[in-house]
Amino acid sequence: MKTTVPVRVNHIERGDKRLRMLDTAIKRCQYQQDALIEILHRATELFGYLELDLLLYIARELKLPPSRVYGVATFYHLFSLAPKGKHNCVVCTGTACYVKGAQEILTTLETFIQIKAGDTTPDGEVSLMTARCLGACGIAPAVVFDGEVLGHQTAQSVCKKVGEWQHGTT
Amino acid sequence: MELHELLEIARAENSQTKPIQIRCCTAAGCLSSGSQAVRENLLTSLEAAGLEQQVEVVGVGCMRLCCQGPLVEIDENKSHKITLYQQVTPQDAPKVIDSIKGKNTTLKQQDLQHPFFTKQLPIVLENSGRVDPERIQSYIAANGYQALYQVLREMKPAEVVEVITKSGLRGRGGAGYPTGLKWGTVAKSPGAKKFVICNADEGDPGAFMDRSVLESDPHRVLEGMAIAAYSIGANQGYIYVRAEYPIAIKRLETAIRQAQRLGVLGTNIFESPFDFKIEIRIGAGAYVCGEETALMASIEGKRGVPHPRPPYPAESGLWGYPTLINNVETFANIAPIIRNGAEWFANIGTEKSKGTKVFALAGKIRNTGLIEVPMGTTLGEIVEQMGGGIPDGGMAKAVQTGGPSGGCIPASAFTTPVDYESLSALGSMMGSGGMIVMDQTTNMVDVARFFMEFCMDESCGKCIPCRVGTVQLHDLLTRISQGKGTQNDLHLLEELCDMVKHTSLCGLGQSAPNPVFSTLRYFREEYLALIKQ
Repeated sequence: MKTTVPVRVNHIERGDKRLRMLDTAIKRCQYQQDALIEILHRATELFGYLELDLLLYIARELKLPPSRVYGVATFYHLFSLAPKGKHNCVVCTGTACYVKGAQEILTTLETFIQIKAGDTTPDGEVSLMTARCLGACGIAPAVVFDGEVLGHQTAQSVCKKVGEWQHGTT
Repeated sequence: MELHELLEIARAENSQTKPIQIRCCTAAGCLSSGSQAVRENLLTSLEAAGLEQQVEVVGVGCMRLCCQGPLVEIDENKSHKITLYQQVTPQDAPKVIDSIKGKNTTLKQQDLQHPFFTKQLPIVLENSGRVDPERIQSYIAANGYQALYQVLREMKPAEVVEVITKSGLRGRGGAGYPTGLKWGTVAKSPGAKKFVICNADEGDPGAFMDRSVLESDPHRVLEGMAIAAYSIGANQGYIYVRAEYPIAIKRLETAIRQAQRLGVLGTNIFESPFDFKIEIRIGAGAYVCGEETALMASIEGKRGVPHPRPPYPAESGLWGYPTLINNVETFANIAPIIRNGAEWFANIGTEKSKGTKVFALAGKIRNTGLIEVPMGTTLGEIVEQMGGGIPDGGMAKAVQTGGPSGGCIPASAFTTPVDYESLSALGSMMGSGGMIVMDQTTNMVDVARFFMEFCMDESCGKCIPCRVGTVQLHDLLTRISQGKGTQNDLHLLEELCDMVKHTSLCGLGQSAPNPVFSTLRYFREEYLALIKQ
């Protein structure tokens, strides 16, 4: 099995600790092909995003065609093939948040940091994303800042927080 | 484990309970408002006041009124006095302790006699806000796992199916298929293996009932799944949860671990020959995976793409084996039905829709949060009385139910009782239970466009009517909402909606036109006004 493993995964050396941790996860799933989504979750956790070479590595380990791994990785919204910014801002655009003005928050923020939802600022500081629904409808509109969900947000409060990130005050 | 051991755990747990309990909400809504810090400060303040012998601080699940979080409830067992404080800040912790000592308090107290609370009938949520979701003992003390014991030791699988059939329970995921009938079909399907799947991929925007149930009372879902597995002859279960619900995932993992350690899940459960294991599968953000065949593809590690039915999962599901798929709330109803009997459940609700339904009330409404009401409660009661009406003196315009598959019900139809048939007759659907209130400022054409954008993005791309149709519909709606539409566009919109509805492969495409249909039906003048311009 190991003979097909590439020596280098792009910038990631074979001895990379993260790769070893990914190997452990693959082993724990007993190289089962139906564990592909779990493995991709783990890889995203470890590397932040899914590089093509990393997908190829996973395909070889699970003995799956690369097309299948690429197909799954691109199908689901949570898997990203491009690197993310240092900070993450996710604006919920579910119905309850929409009714309470999430669109205004998003438009203001897009103008404020001059990127569109789904993109990262050129300096790699902030990624702006949208979510379909966080299930935090009771405290709409909700925005996630680096994994922390905050409710009752306004365009001002969101821009202030993101501005702090950009100016490195946090 | 024997019944007396289970009862012993419950007794030990109850005897440990202090005379006064401070319950602190630790569900996602309140956590986002800072309830973790409140809980920690309450513990410190309690220690400082030296009241640990009489008072305890417990983290519990959702206490319903999410908009006023963090919520803290004080339950004085002796006097049965319950006080609910809202918007408690970490700095308020000493004040909460002072209020227990009998001092007058400036804390904001919530009126528990408000219809928001009094009109609720908790069955699914009976433990929510009472038990500690991270301790199995707490669930057992609330009669937990007794229904499973009763089923495994005293009932035959067919008898269980019969009880569920008699109860009249229907699937809470939206379509309302009779649960007993589904169980019976899977039980009869021949197969070397069978599976039970709990659909916790709550993708409808505006719905958070399943999240709350999983965060507040995860063991209830596990117990329901185990009972289902016994009655259909399955030994393996999966819970497919959205990755967007990290707290629910964590609590489920804890619950499964605790249940296995205690022997209420695993092999030879309650000293019977029945084995049952549950694994969690985490979604990766695809709305279409809420559709049962797409969900199974995702569990198998593939792209979440639906396939045509038949064959139904009951005959050929996960890896080709007979599979039972039910929603979180459906499983959460099982244990109380077994405990209290089918007649008890069948007496609640309307003729064709039995029991209660949990709704997530949100949008332009004063009281947002979680409600559980008997089927047949009118929309007016929910919006005007429980929800407290529209803030800032506004007027309700419509209620949106059923997410992107549902429709907008106008305020003129608020006298309608909520059940599966009535909502369908209005052009909406029960859906999983999201209820979003819209006021006069909401533009209904834009609402239709919003949902179409959702379906367009979430279409998996397998069948053409949905993949191409939703894009065209979105274009038409955008044109109309920008005032650039013509009468012909409106005609085209209706024609295309009809086509997408009748020719799409799965529920996503078939129901994608629903928001357009319902807004055209009730708010046609808004479309016409935009066209005239």
